[in-house]
Amino acid sequence: MRIRVVDIAKDFGRTGALRGANLDIRDSELIALLGPSGSGKTTLLRVIAGLEIPKSGKVFFDDHDATAVPVQQRRIGFVFQNYALFKHMTVIDNIAYGLRVLPGAQRPSKTLIRNRAEELLKLVQLSGLGKRYPRQLSGGQQQRVALARALAVEPRVLLLDEPFGALDAKVRKDLRRWLRELHDCTGHTTVFVTHDQDEALELADRVAILNLGKVEQVGKPDEVYDNPGSAFVMSFVGDTSSLPVEFDGTRLLHEGQPLNATFGAVRGGRCRLYVRPRDIVLSVPGADRLPATIVSIHRTAAGRRAQIAVGRAATIIEAEIDIAAEITSGEPIGLSFAKGRVFPE
Amino acid sequence: MGMREAGKAATAPESVTTESRLARAVLIALAVLFLAIFLILPVLVVFSEALAKGFSFYLTTFKDADAQAAIRLTLIVAAIAVPLNTLFGIAASWAIAKFEFPGKSLLTTLIDLPFSISPVISGMIYVLLFGAQGYFGPWLTAHGVQIIFALPGIVLATVFVTFPFVARELIPLMQEQGSADEEAALTLGASGFQAFLTITLPNIAWGLLYGVLLCNARAMGEFGAVSVVSGHISGLTNTIPLQVELLYNDYNFAAAFAMASLLTLLALVTLAAKTLLEMRYGDSLATSSRL
Repeated sequence: MRIRVVDIAKDFGRTGALRGANLDIRDSELIALLGPSGSGKTTLLRVIAGLEIPKSGKVFFDDHDATAVPVQQRRIGFVFQNYALFKHMTVIDNIAYGLRVLPGAQRPSKTLIRNRAEELLKLVQLSGLGKRYPRQLSGGQQQRVALARALAVEPRVLLLDEPFGALDAKVRKDLRRWLRELHDCTGHTTVFVTHDQDEALELADRVAILNLGKVEQVGKPDEVYDNPGSAFVMSFVGDTSSLPVEFDGTRLLHEGQPLNATFGAVRGGRCRLYVRPRDIVLSVPGADRLPATIVSIHRTAAGRRAQIAVGRAATIIEAEIDIAAEITSGEPIGLSFAKGRVFPE
Repeated sequence: MGMREAGKAATAPESVTTESRLARAVLIALAVLFLAIFLILPVLVVFSEALAKGFSFYLTTFKDADAQAAIRLTLIVAAIAVPLNTLFGIAASWAIAKFEFPGKSLLTTLIDLPFSISPVISGMIYVLLFGAQGYFGPWLTAHGVQIIFALPGIVLATVFVTFPFVARELIPLMQEQGSADEEAALTLGASGFQAFLTITLPNIAWGLLYGVLLCNARAMGEFGAVSVVSGHISGLTNTIPLQVELLYNDYNFAAAFAMASLLTLLALVTLAAKTLLEMRYGDSLATSSRL
């Protein structure tokens, strides 16, 4: 199902307000709502679900205006951040809940409900745990029960609020892959909220980045990472360092020292250059390079990172350096940039 | 190895939060002494005084028509007041814990009001309102309705005094539980009422039961407020506590303590029921309040 969110505003008097959010969600896609806390991503998810009534704006399910449709009739599957499993019910009863509360005429027979619940339990790879209570399950298992419960009502869209937030790193990675596979085999339109850019980039077909109650950019992971539309998107999706620069119409300057490229700068005046760690090129000091000093070097899982103080103001930026590179801290170096983007300050 | 560890345990506290043996013994002795004097001794005195003239006299006390009327009245009052306050308590705590609305803190304060004012005043309010000289008194008399010095007045006063018990028990519980479970039920297609019945009620069941037990004990034992509105008509408007006072003032100590032993038994049964339930269902009780 396609979902269109048009100009949604919602004010709480606390954080997480929406200020004119727009978003098109395509049929069968897996989309991530990514943003810092307080950006309104969870609120947007709850508005789509019908758990929050927006102050203004509309939500369309396909071509029907769903803004005023009560949550029960929206046929959505919602997985809550802490799963909200019913503690006093067994796993199987949790999964069957959505079918048991159907009005008499639509409710399947008891055997049908049981079979369907067992089927879903198998789908989420928890066969045999149906008689347990939620507190007897691990976090990852609870997560999958919550998902099975949401799927039981045959929702038209699956909404997940920070689905992996409460899990440890290893389980999180497995569940991510599993959710991707599940999505590919069931084909539900799926929207999930996350504050973790790695999770969004790895899992989603498209990523919507929210900031201050608005959707700032929507695109494929490659697009938002390689072609960020704003300084916020650039710094939120992936590691970024920035330098104050000036554009005199033809050249980009840092403290009067020209850089090797203009990085798409158009408007003159003060602005900022944003670069990824891997796009910073270190070499010996030279006329066409920015003077800088290595402050410290530390090891990461994949390589090494250097903290570098640039120019007179000693602005600190972070560069990725080769494992084999013979560089020591305190060493004066010359900097140039392979790639970067300039945004107004 | 084992020897050395045992020796260490005897000389030093096992953990930084444990006091020395002497301090522990003194504190425990103090607590036990206090409990014995202020809680256990009075209970024993009630039963020993009640049985002072023998078990057959004890039983005769309850054959008295006035005593039976007092017991009956107490049961009737509790049977009306407790269900009412259970309903009010659930409704009020549901509203306070799950919704935001103007005047919420005022409502919370109002619920506590019966706790903070003397029961005598609670009784006098009703006399002032519905008594013969009260605001509505003349109108009520003209229409043949008697509230003060009759069952309705006693019920009103009891409802007022026992109002906070269920709500006080449920509000923190419901606030802690939040609304996520109910929201989950709604997204799964449940109506508001279905969500309440299948999710909210089971989640608060133990708190509710405890609140009801406390409310019932107080409803049966209330003296001050009921004393003001009842008129002390033996055999007609005397509840058990009032009957106890009447007998006591008549120097009929054994009978007074016999009646009092009923209330004491009620308290013990309440306590036992609570303890049993906690032992039997302690696990789910702990889970429901912790998660």
